[in-house]
Amino acid sequence: MKIVLDDLLLTKDMPTTAGSRMLAGYRSLFDAEVIARLQAAGHTVAGKAAVGEFGFDLLGETSADGALIANGALQNAAAKSVKARKADAAICMDVNGYPRRAAAQSGLISLKPTYGTVSRFGTIPVACSGETVSILAASVADCREVLRAVVGHDDKDGTSLPASDCDRVLQGADTVRKVAVLDVFGGDLSKAEQILTENGVDVCHVDGKIFAAARAAWNILMSAELCNNVSRYDGVKYGYRAQNFTGIDELYTNSRTEAFGDLLKTVILFGSETLSTDNYMKVYDKALRVRRVIKEAFEALFAEYDAVLLPAVSAMTYAPDTVDPFVENGYTAPASITGLPAVVAGGVQVIGNAFSENVLLHIAQLLS
Amino acid sequence: MQYETVIGLEVHVELATNSKIFCSCSAHSFGAEPNAHVCPACCGMPGMLPVVNKRVVDYGMKAGLMLNCDINRVTTFDKKSYYYPDLPAAYQTTQWFAPVAVNGLVEIETSKGKKQVRIKQIHMEEDAGKLVHDIREDTTHVDYNRTSVPLIEIVSQPDLSSAEEVEAYLERLKTLLRYAKVAECEMAHGTMRCDVNLSVRPAGSDVLGVRTEMKNMNSVEAIKRAIEYETARHIDAIENHTEVLVQETRRWDDIKGKSYAMRTKETAGDYRYFPDPNVMPVVIDDEWFDRIKASLPEFPEVKRARYMDEYGLTAYDAEQLTKSIALCECFEAAYSVCKNAKDAANWSISEVMSILNVRKMTYDQLNINGHALGELILLVSEGKVGRANGKKILAAMFEDTALQPLSFAEANHMIMSNDTGLIESVAKAVVEADPKAVSDYKSGKEKALMALFGKCMKELKGNCDPQTLREILVNIVNAQ
Ligand SMILES: [Zn+2]
Repeated sequence: MKIVLDDLLLTKDMPTTAGSRMLAGYRSLFDAEVIARLQAAGHTVAGKAAVGEFGFDLLGETSADGALIANGALQNAAAKSVKARKADAAICMDVNGYPRRAAAQSGLISLKPTYGTVSRFGTIPVACSGETVSILAASVADCREVLRAVVGHDDKDGTSLPASDCDRVLQGADTVRKVAVLDVFGGDLSKAEQILTENGVDVCHVDGKIFAAARAAWNILMSAELCNNVSRYDGVKYGYRAQNFTGIDELYTNSRTEAFGDLLKTVILFGSETLSTDNYMKVYDKALRVRRVIKEAFEALFAEYDAVLLPAVSAMTYAPDTVDPFVENGYTAPASITGLPAVVAGGVQVIGNAFSENVLLHIAQLLS
Repeated sequence: MQYETVIGLEVHVELATNSKIFCSCSAHSFGAEPNAHVCPACCGMPGMLPVVNKRVVDYGMKAGLMLNCDINRVTTFDKKSYYYPDLPAAYQTTQWFAPVAVNGLVEIETSKGKKQVRIKQIHMEEDAGKLVHDIREDTTHVDYNRTSVPLIEIVSQPDLSSAEEVEAYLERLKTLLRYAKVAECEMAHGTMRCDVNLSVRPAGSDVLGVRTEMKNMNSVEAIKRAIEYETARHIDAIENHTEVLVQETRRWDDIKGKSYAMRTKETAGDYRYFPDPNVMPVVIDDEWFDRIKASLPEFPEVKRARYMDEYGLTAYDAEQLTKSIALCECFEAAYSVCKNAKDAANWSISEVMSILNVRKMTYDQLNINGHALGELILLVSEGKVGRANGKKILAAMFEDTALQPLSFAEANHMIMSNDTGLIESVAKAVVEADPKAVSDYKSGKEKALMALFGKCMKELKGNCDPQTLREILVNIVNAQ
């Protein structure tokens, strides 16, 4: 298969910019681990797709190259390549849900595997505690084939899970008996519910109020980690360097001021505040506790249900500058903050228990 | 009024692992070209993920156990953020929430007797790089060889009260960590650095005074001078109101002999610690803990007592030997071969020591093969090699650690001769060549015989029992 990579994956023979002016023309000394795994499975890299600056926006609209817009709606570069069959599938970093939103709006399949089952070695670090290498494909079969190539333990990634856990991703059962719909997120899921019911799946509605808290907590954790991860881009070693400066402090300030976009700067300021001595316990530590509570709530649900159904987006198109990514990510945050696998198919999102990718792909097959 | 100084130390020690803490670059770059030991991970490029070097955790645990600490069985790494060009990722990975070791105790001894110093914690972290200022070009270069070299920071409670105690404490840390072979602890090499926290209060008070911190001290002498200066400055401020003491970080200028307040900009800042999501908590299970515990060396005091009990060494000899683990190992290996503790101790202390002095080496740089030393001791005590030649062989052993004393002695004609015929013929020739010496001796000048003796010894290259030579020589002279 021909695979396109989003620009958060480092490549030796092509520049990697993370969508930022800060890294314009940056060449990595090494390839992302997934590239080697794709090639070992006989796939080829077709090229790279633009991302929003450090990949946490809606669909890539904050890219240093500008937003992709068609018919008054934001478009995503990776989804566009797959849709146009320029590539058979895309590998994307799901930092804050953009591949899931892109799949929902363009009728593709997006699979975000269980955290720790695909190596993050060679990916631009943004929000390391939740970001996951994910797959965007036109069919469930393509998605499964790419998944088979990239899943596996990697010693070079300290968060990589043991091989036995990675094997469960590929070999787990795919039985689906009961699915819960999370009412708290609203949205019209009736079509998906109907398909599941027709296929003998017991669909139940649960309130799921606690999962709405994922958004605020994830915004805190993501911003804090992002702020820390992008602090390495300071104009000293590589990347953008301001022309005018006197002294090291100005070199830092001018380089970062000139190279970073507005949304990124906002997140840096917010993230920095959440980690200050005054706020750590009040804000950051609380977000960590919310993460634990949400994980436990999912565990409780999965004791009874095989998967959870919820929307992936608030609308099937986004007009530029009308949707706040830090509100819209309420749908994607529950899977981001917990590291649980999620699939988007037929325009809706399904979250599964850890290592239940086969369940999710089975549901995706029904929905698409 | 009487005052007392209250001192707490933060001691940074570079761990002697082969590779860095989160990547496989060499951790030893002393004297290397700048940026020769770097990779994308340790120079802050994106995409490499930290993988904890287990050996660093081993060494951290060993250090903790040597200083009588409790080991945290789940120990975690955190990120500490600040901007400085020697810190390539703009954060340092350290341990803030769950350091590897806590609640330790170290005993020191000074002229005032023994004292216990409490250790608050020991945490593992990565070192920063070095900035090299080029004055001619007015530029600064960065060298990342040292970034991510593993360190431990040993934080004491404010239990020290004088420069003498600080010196004894540092010496004790050095001995214990060297015994465990986890660190070199050489201030001159930068493998041990020290931050000194100091305050002054009326003697007997239990309220702490205003605390100042002097960072990055790198010689014991400088630390002692700085402590004396700061103590005097604090007392002066309290008694004579010469200045208002504030909690601050100060820089010690050892050349001027003064401390200076650092600009607040250099010290202010919130480090924004948070758990590093890329480094999973390190779980130390029983198997790991027990393995490290079993690998700990005998403590110096235990060794000293054993040397006296088991080998019958004097307290002085035992004390001298146990100052350095390298010397202990040399002694023990020599003893295992020669089976004579007194000889092994004498050679290890006086002969080895005099060569170390000549070569300007410390005990810990001792690299000779202790088993070979044992063989050498046997050659000398069995009369096969003269003592003077023995010392020459020992000196050669410092050059060539694989040297075999016996074959070296043979190759260099250092084997003693029992051939009295040879000794007689040499003595006869020397005596006949110098009739004046003979007549001088006969007229009562003892010294003349010594001169003849020296000439014979030289001819025989020292390979002759002095007593035998003397007897033969006297007979020949008297027969003239
Ligand atoms: Zn390295």
